[in-house]
Amino acid sequence: MLRVRGLKVFYGRIQAVKGISFHVHRGETVAFIGPNGAGKSSVLMALSGVTRKEGEITLEGRDISRLSPYALVKEGIVQVPEGRQVFSSLTVEENLLLGGFSKRGDKKWMRETMEWVYHLFPLLAERRKQLAGSLSGGEQQMLALGRALMGDPRLLLLDEPSLGLAPVIVEEIYKTLKELRKERSMSIILVEQNAPLALEFAHRAYVMESGAIVLSGETEMLLSDDTVLDVYLGRAREDFFD
Amino acid sequence: MKWMWNPKFEAMDREELEQIQLERLQATLHHAYRHVPFYRELFDRVGLGPGDILSLQDLREVPFTTKEDLLQGFPYSFFAVPLTKVARIHTSSGTTGKPVVVGYTKRDLQYWAHLNARILMAGGLGERDVLQISFNYGLFTGGFGFHAGAELLGATVIPASAMSITRQINIMMNFKATALVSLPSHALRIGHRLQEMGIDPRGLSLKVGFFGAEPWSEATRKQIEDHLLIKALDNYGLAEVGGPGVSYECEYRQGLHISEDHFYPEIIDPATGEVLDPGQEGELVLTTLTKEAFPVLRFRTGDLTSLNNEPCECGRTLVRMARVKGRVDDMLIIRGINLFPSQIEDVLLSFQVGPNYLIRLYREEGLDQVEVQVESILTGREEKDALAKRIERDLADKLGLEMKVVLVAPGSIEASSGKQQVVVDEREI
Repeated sequence: MLRVRGLKVFYGRIQAVKGISFHVHRGETVAFIGPNGAGKSSVLMALSGVTRKEGEITLEGRDISRLSPYALVKEGIVQVPEGRQVFSSLTVEENLLLGGFSKRGDKKWMRETMEWVYHLFPLLAERRKQLAGSLSGGEQQMLALGRALMGDPRLLLLDEPSLGLAPVIVEEIYKTLKELRKERSMSIILVEQNAPLALEFAHRAYVMESGAIVLSGETEMLLSDDTVLDVYLGRAREDFFD
Repeated sequence: MKWMWNPKFEAMDREELEQIQLERLQATLHHAYRHVPFYRELFDRVGLGPGDILSLQDLREVPFTTKEDLLQGFPYSFFAVPLTKVARIHTSSGTTGKPVVVGYTKRDLQYWAHLNARILMAGGLGERDVLQISFNYGLFTGGFGFHAGAELLGATVIPASAMSITRQINIMMNFKATALVSLPSHALRIGHRLQEMGIDPRGLSLKVGFFGAEPWSEATRKQIEDHLLIKALDNYGLAEVGGPGVSYECEYRQGLHISEDHFYPEIIDPATGEVLDPGQEGELVLTTLTKEAFPVLRFRTGDLTSLNNEPCECGRTLVRMARVKGRVDDMLIIRGINLFPSQIEDVLLSFQVGPNYLIRLYREEGLDQVEVQVESILTGREEKDALAKRIERDLADKLGLEMKVVLVAPGSIEASSGKQQVVVDEREI
């Protein structure tokens, strides 16, 4: 569905992503793992159209490399940013409505989707009138995810959904992710520093190191191969055995 | 799809396959650049970074790797992972001195097993089959490579390994082997011996044979099939890229399908290094796409063939290579062992013989034989015999091959026009 060839991402003169190639099938979850600063989040930012980039990006065979961030959302490429970034002075519900901006003409769809989000995250339903700023970290992550779902994603981009959250909350979020993946067919690109978690959730993974993909494969294969965890992920392996 | 082990990859849409090749190629380039000093220097020398390869065509910018390069890395310089991550070691079948030492991680071994299962399944092998593997089990890649593939496939494996023809025949009959993996010359010898022993091949359970590790002709194929009443299939591989599993024949036998999801093939003009089009004959160059322990970039195999990217009736979309027609260099393949005339020459030079010599290759009961004729000033029969015996021993010691040495009078080997012809190959291959 999504095909990328020779993607380069620049921040000023610094090249964060060095001409990588990858693909995602329909309904497939693909993880990008690797150490901090490897360029994983830059890949998502390039796909969302919010950073300077070069390379070939096609969605269902159509070139989308020059689309604006807004046009990309309309194409169904929706990102859940790292660090949540919810609108703290708006209520939960208002946040969700904002997430559906590309669908605002379709009231019925908005209502149904919001109900689905509340069904996935009952906590959000309870707090629908509360200000987003008053939510806990885990709840904010759920809200950010719910807001992305309101954009009717074909391709959901998840940036470090586990970052800074207690393990029990992380577990909750991944449980919900599995549920929504089952209920609505969508492709997911997941960026995670927590490699074991990502490998357990995704179908395939790309291992990044200083701006390049150095290994890729089915997660099953990568998990059974301790070379990956040792050589590329260093300490992540210790976490795996904690 | 019926006889495909990995239909997802063997019959993959070409565009998707090329995407996967590009992704794997880029990962391999980065991996090799970061972990193998030779490749880092290779890239740096031409002012290239692994990140500059943005398409499959861009690979042409990367210089070739030769067998000599790999030999210089003896034993472990080309390993791209620490030795603690290397699960297995094999070597090339080079005879003298240093072979190319090839390492495999656990994942490399897993992929290798799948690649060998592809070869076997393409020949119709399944759980009900009893596969006799008559390749040597040892540092040679053949035995263990096929063994893993056959086990993965679920066939019953007889690891016969290297043993006498008579014992191979006994095993084949007693254990009711339905399939055979061996050198083609070995299969031919089995066929001839059966005839000598008056055994009707119809009494065997054998249906199919998978032959490789040395070049063999259609004439040899026909002989094997007639003598053993089997279907004989060709497969191709070399230790430098991991062993058997690079390419294999399907039931239609119109070329060998290259497992392109693991190897990126190119055909080059051996003189200029220029990449040739499909259909044009040249030297096969291989780049590994999934190897962790021993990635190889643009390795010059020295084997002459051509590529055919027309769709195959079997449904595989993998490109086919023609059966190997010969060598770019003067390397000889004798009983599956790679040998250069210069290696024989080196041994001869340590004796008071020469300077002219002639290597004669011939077949006796299907088995490759080597006769080395060399000039000597000795005239006494006993002296000559003793010297010949000493040279024979030394050749066997150093090259691992039994050869017959014949001392001839000085001047009787003609050093004709400049570079003399040192090899006479009378084998019909």
